[in-house]
Amino acid sequence: MSEKYDAILIGAGMSGLAAGIRLAQYDKRVLILERHYLWGGLNSFYKRRGRIFDVGLHALTNFAPKGRRGVPLTKLLRQLRIRHSDLKLGEQNYSEIAFPTERLRFSNEFELFESEIARAFPGQVDGFAKLTEAIFAYDSFTPPDPDLLARGELAKFITEPLLVEMLMLPMCYYGSAIPGDIAWYQFAILFKSFYDEGFARPEGGIRPLLDLLVKRYKSLGGELRMKSGVAEILQQGSGDLRCAAGVRLENGEEIMADQVLSSAGYGPTMEMCGAELGAKVTDQDRGQLSFNETVIVTDKTPMDFGNYGAAITFFNDSDSFDYSCPAPGGLGIDTRSGVICSPNNYAAAEPLTHGWMRFTALASAGHWEGLAAKDAAEYETQKQHSAQAFLDSAARFAPDPRPFEIERDLFTPNTIKRFCGHPKGAVYGAPKKRLDGATELPGLFLMGTDQGLLGVVGAMLSGISMANRHCLQPTA
Amino acid sequence: MTRDEIILAIKDIIETIAPDEELDSLNVDERLRDQIELDSMDFLDIVMELRKRYGVQVPEEDYKELASLTSCADYLGPMLENVELKVGA
Repeated sequence: MSEKYDAILIGAGMSGLAAGIRLAQYDKRVLILERHYLWGGLNSFYKRRGRIFDVGLHALTNFAPKGRRGVPLTKLLRQLRIRHSDLKLGEQNYSEIAFPTERLRFSNEFELFESEIARAFPGQVDGFAKLTEAIFAYDSFTPPDPDLLARGELAKFITEPLLVEMLMLPMCYYGSAIPGDIAWYQFAILFKSFYDEGFARPEGGIRPLLDLLVKRYKSLGGELRMKSGVAEILQQGSGDLRCAAGVRLENGEEIMADQVLSSAGYGPTMEMCGAELGAKVTDQDRGQLSFNETVIVTDKTPMDFGNYGAAITFFNDSDSFDYSCPAPGGLGIDTRSGVICSPNNYAAAEPLTHGWMRFTALASAGHWEGLAAKDAAEYETQKQHSAQAFLDSAARFAPDPRPFEIERDLFTPNTIKRFCGHPKGAVYGAPKKRLDGATELPGLFLMGTDQGLLGVVGAMLSGISMANRHCLQPTA
Repeated sequence: MTRDEIILAIKDIIETIAPDEELDSLNVDERLRDQIELDSMDFLDIVMELRKRYGVQVPEEDYKELASLTSCADYLGPMLENVELKVGA
């Protein structure tokens, strides 16, 4: 019994590390198991030819200055006992939503976005003010109606269809697992995290932040095992007494624990519980939406070669925005809309020596999975071909980095699936979220993407709140 | 611990859980929540730290007794009478 843990956490992403710190802080015996050889999950990094590439980080949303009350970042720092200055956050210059006929800028000052809306849509000023009021009044972290969708709610306040599309675009790209729409509570959380809070970048990218979390976790006595994929969630008892008892690793080793918290997603987690619980997984638990990304490193900064100062440009090439999973075939991506971002365009004590631009497109997981399974060379060729088409499309909205390119890297839904375990590379997980983290098996809880909080800050808050609720509350 | 030591102990815990807050000017009689930002997650931490450092169990229905530094001293006084102050944990 000496091997028994108070809690086993599946996945060393942002939610697992944050939950681990909380539990280790209160002397729980805790073990994090990670299938991959690096931590970070959807927000990891990798080295290629001596350069460090961030996997998922576009921007850290939810920026708040030190000490700002009542906002997620402040709560998070406090719960993890991390000082604001330790994150070394540099604020964005500005970002923008670009459509063919209109462009809206926003920054970490809400007033800029308000004035942009007033300039471009003078007839919508009252509606936008009421929308903002409704969003701030909504209890987005414990939503009374989690199934409510944003398009329906927006229509109550905004009568200009173009503005609706412009408001939907960034929110969908940064967090919706639902084709064509986004849950209203997630829209509300994201709206605040973008426009009222803002974007920042940790100096040095995601790696220093991960190092900080891992160091803190280990210094508190938490254990972390890499290359330790979980094959099965073990159970004990029957009927009302049935509960999680531990895990069996892919190498056959069994490790026992009183509680298991999983960031693997609802579907994969239940499938680890065996056929009976695995059968509870429905289509609503399977995400579809994934992305291709192209990262271009340049010898000059985007400001120097193209006078480009935006941290992020969300673009769409017509007046209506279609957030859906492209059908397999063709390019395997949707070139009509996307996200362009540059880590150069944040304040930094030590500015980056090269230029970096990252291009994100909606992609068909089936297309890329099929290609990879069939023919590795063809997969590589198609990846480059689709990237070129997407760069051509994006060049209509931001300067083209290709003449200044010194290196590029590409990834597809297949890459995401391989390194993060999300089926179909579904970055935002399942359309159905489980906000209380409960599953059909007592002692087994969800955290991370399928629990429902988004972004780097959201994922950490998810881990914190699930650890508090299920493992630390005195009643637990 | 004396009453003053209990207040010191609580301030030390708050400093641990909220390192960015300014604690020097705290009024002992005023509600903590009105002076610095403390939500229910933070009160859970104060209680967890009291248990970890001093072995004191505060049941959920008594969280309200921890509203101000004075009320903390009143409530915790009898429990911590024979316990020594540990600061900087």
